[in-house]
Amino acid sequence: MGEHHSTYVPNTGIERWIDARLPIVRLMHDSAVSYPVPRNLNYFWTFGGILMFMLVSQIITGIVLVMHYTPHVDYAFSSVEHIMRDVNYGWLMRYAHANGASMFFIAVYIHIFRGMYYGSYKAPRELLWILGVVIFLLMMATAFMGYVLPWGQMSFWGATVITNLFSAIPVVGEAIVTWLWGGYSVDNPTLNRFFSLHYLLPFMIFGVVILHVWALHHVGQNNPSGVEVKNYKKDTVPFTPFATVKDAFALVCFLMVFAWFVFFHPNFLGHADNYIPADPLKTPAHIVPEWYFLPFYGILRAIPDKLGGVVAMFASIAILAFLPWLDTSKVKSGAYRPAFKIFFWVFVLVAILLGYTGSQPTDQAVLTLGGRTILDMVGFAQILTVMYFAYFVVVLPLLGLFEKPKPLPASIADSVLASGHAH
Amino acid sequence: MNSLSRSLGVAAIVATGFAFAAPAFAAGAGEKPPRQTWSFYGPFGTYDKAQLQRGFKVYRENCASCHGLSKLSFRNLSEPGGPGFTDGQVRTLAAEYKVKDGPNEAGDMFERPARPSDRFPKPFANDELAKAANNGAVPPDFSVIAKARSYERGFPTYLFDIVTQYQQQGPDYITALLTGYEAPPKGVKVEDGLHWNKYFPGNKIAMSNPLLAMFDDAGKASDPNYYTDGTPVTKLQVAKDVTAFLMWAAEPKMEERKRTGVKVMLWLIVLAGLLFMLKKRIWSRLDAEPSKAH
Ligand code: HEC
Ligand code: HEM
Repeated sequence: MGEHHSTYVPNTGIERWIDARLPIVRLMHDSAVSYPVPRNLNYFWTFGGILMFMLVSQIITGIVLVMHYTPHVDYAFSSVEHIMRDVNYGWLMRYAHANGASMFFIAVYIHIFRGMYYGSYKAPRELLWILGVVIFLLMMATAFMGYVLPWGQMSFWGATVITNLFSAIPVVGEAIVTWLWGGYSVDNPTLNRFFSLHYLLPFMIFGVVILHVWALHHVGQNNPSGVEVKNYKKDTVPFTPFATVKDAFALVCFLMVFAWFVFFHPNFLGHADNYIPADPLKTPAHIVPEWYFLPFYGILRAIPDKLGGVVAMFASIAILAFLPWLDTSKVKSGAYRPAFKIFFWVFVLVAILLGYTGSQPTDQAVLTLGGRTILDMVGFAQILTVMYFAYFVVVLPLLGLFEKPKPLPASIADSVLASGHAH
Repeated sequence: MNSLSRSLGVAAIVATGFAFAAPAFAAGAGEKPPRQTWSFYGPFGTYDKAQLQRGFKVYRENCASCHGLSKLSFRNLSEPGGPGFTDGQVRTLAAEYKVKDGPNEAGDMFERPARPSDRFPKPFANDELAKAANNGAVPPDFSVIAKARSYERGFPTYLFDIVTQYQQQGPDYITALLTGYEAPPKGVKVEDGLHWNKYFPGNKIAMSNPLLAMFDDAGKASDPNYYTDGTPVTKLQVAKDVTAFLMWAAEPKMEERKRTGVKVMLWLIVLAGLLFMLKKRIWSRLDAEPSKAH
């Protein structure tokens, strides 16, 4: 759709005056009104817009929270309670922000799996995809530091465990950890720098999202058939009103789930221990990160060697960026790849089960035979970790060479006709 | 929705399910607390004012000497969605407490009777003092205790909790704890200053049964008229009342939150309906003349 030319016509004198000097209205018109989108997009394509909404929502609730929050080890916990009790609608801001992070991750995981199923990472969308991975990494960093701010037990011990990972780096590890902490343990300087970065990173995410969307609008969206747009009159519809109204409907449905948690179940996604003020002298029996980190935490703990675990954990995220080159199949959409489909769903299951292992104590039995443990949580996580990486470095490279894809439709319009409906 | 959408949907639910299996729990088994009925259960649940008032009485007379309520102000007791004491009652109540203020014009700190805007004073000046008085354990502050305790629900129960709205692990646990004191099993030695409680993680708790004085060995109330509103004075009732009060203390804006939530939900449902119809209408243009969309 790079060839799509601007259809913006300035109608009033003012619009013409502005357009000749800074074509910003034209830019908005071209990217949000006349921008052509494949007409066969399903509801999985609405999550980009949902993510955008969540980012803005996090920024707005966050800015309000900062007005009442105190980043100091002696006051942080109390100031959050002050927000919950004394600030008008403070409870709403705080619950919306805390649950919003979870919703953001639910949306981004669906968004990523969507891309993986339909091969959205393939040419010409490699950079678009990599920018997505960068956003994902920034989101994780932001959420991790945000969770430290209320200064509860999980805040403190989560921060301690995760920052300690850097001590695994040979030679300079210890020095790096001290540098991260701003001292010899997680303490006030740590809280302050995390606060500073937690405010900064979302705006960096915003910047990368702009690049992400720019790339998207340059190469155009992929679609469930994985066939590129050939004739934009037949294959696409204008963003407004078609995608706008569909995105709006999906967003409102998503907001219902969001509202369900915020108003009726606000602490379900959180952890009871984080309502206990941080106590450096009292380690919780079982330190677990937020749910959205669990699969990676599972991988971390699967490797008995500390450095190895850290490397594996970061590799499990970084490897996403190499997907465009690891997947050798010429066919984009999983809908036309019978074998791929199976492996994809196994991969989804593996990711979920890794999250499960991350949530459980390491010595817990998974399989017992005659009273003897033959597989514990670590062993299970190891098997899953191997399967996780195998998907990227074994399955996807080989599948492209051996799999016989189903015949592709000649065009998006054809695939719509074949399925009998346009939407 | 096609079959992929459906399977992805299911996967997403399962995924969130597994992933939320996270809660960590203190080592050592405490028995699973039995479920109680609570007036604040569910999207329309509210606090029972009379119960909160009874609970406050129990708190004041049986717990306040050890457990603080440091995030609460006296005025909270008369605010909407709470126990519903009158402003006058709160003023009188506050005046019974002494708080430190100052410095005055002479530069001295002084004590004065508390005002409704003051926070509840802490029972111990510092943690060391609290420890010294309690066999080495600090009695936790009660401001958010009802949200700070939980027990494992297990897979897949916690998934159903999303729908059934069960989120009273904390209250159920506290009520269980208060009614869970009993003689230790044979052969188990409980060290001096510790007490056997079947619901406490690890079972040995540094708090002696705080309701002990209220009941005789047969479990009969020593003062059957302890409550002035006619509520029968049983162990479970007293435990539940103080627990309900603690839930309110931890979540004083719950009623406002749920009321807002119902409105928001209704609004979203209507909006979703309208958008859905609009979407159908707009997309039906394609059925007639697909390429005329631009
Ligand atoms: C004499 C002091 C004292 C009184 C009075 C007292 N407690 Fe405690 N309470 C403690 C101490 C000490 C602990 C810490 C116990 C431990 O960690 O072993 C505690 C702990 C608790 C806990 C937390 C248990 C846990 O899971 O960590 C709850 C709940 C509790 N008390 C409720 C009450 C209630 C309700 C009352 C009033 C009916 C009350 N307490 C009266 C001293 C007291
Ligand atoms: C803050 C987080 C993110 C925001 C706000 C965001 C926003 C968007 C938007 C608005 C779209 C267009 C609508 C759509 O196709 O769904 C999009 C497309 C896309 N996003 Fe993201 N995104 C985010 C994170 C990610 C991540 C983490 C990845 C992958 C790792 C990713 C990969 C993609 C890809 C590949 C496309 C093109 C999809 C296609 O056309 O098939 N995005 N994004």
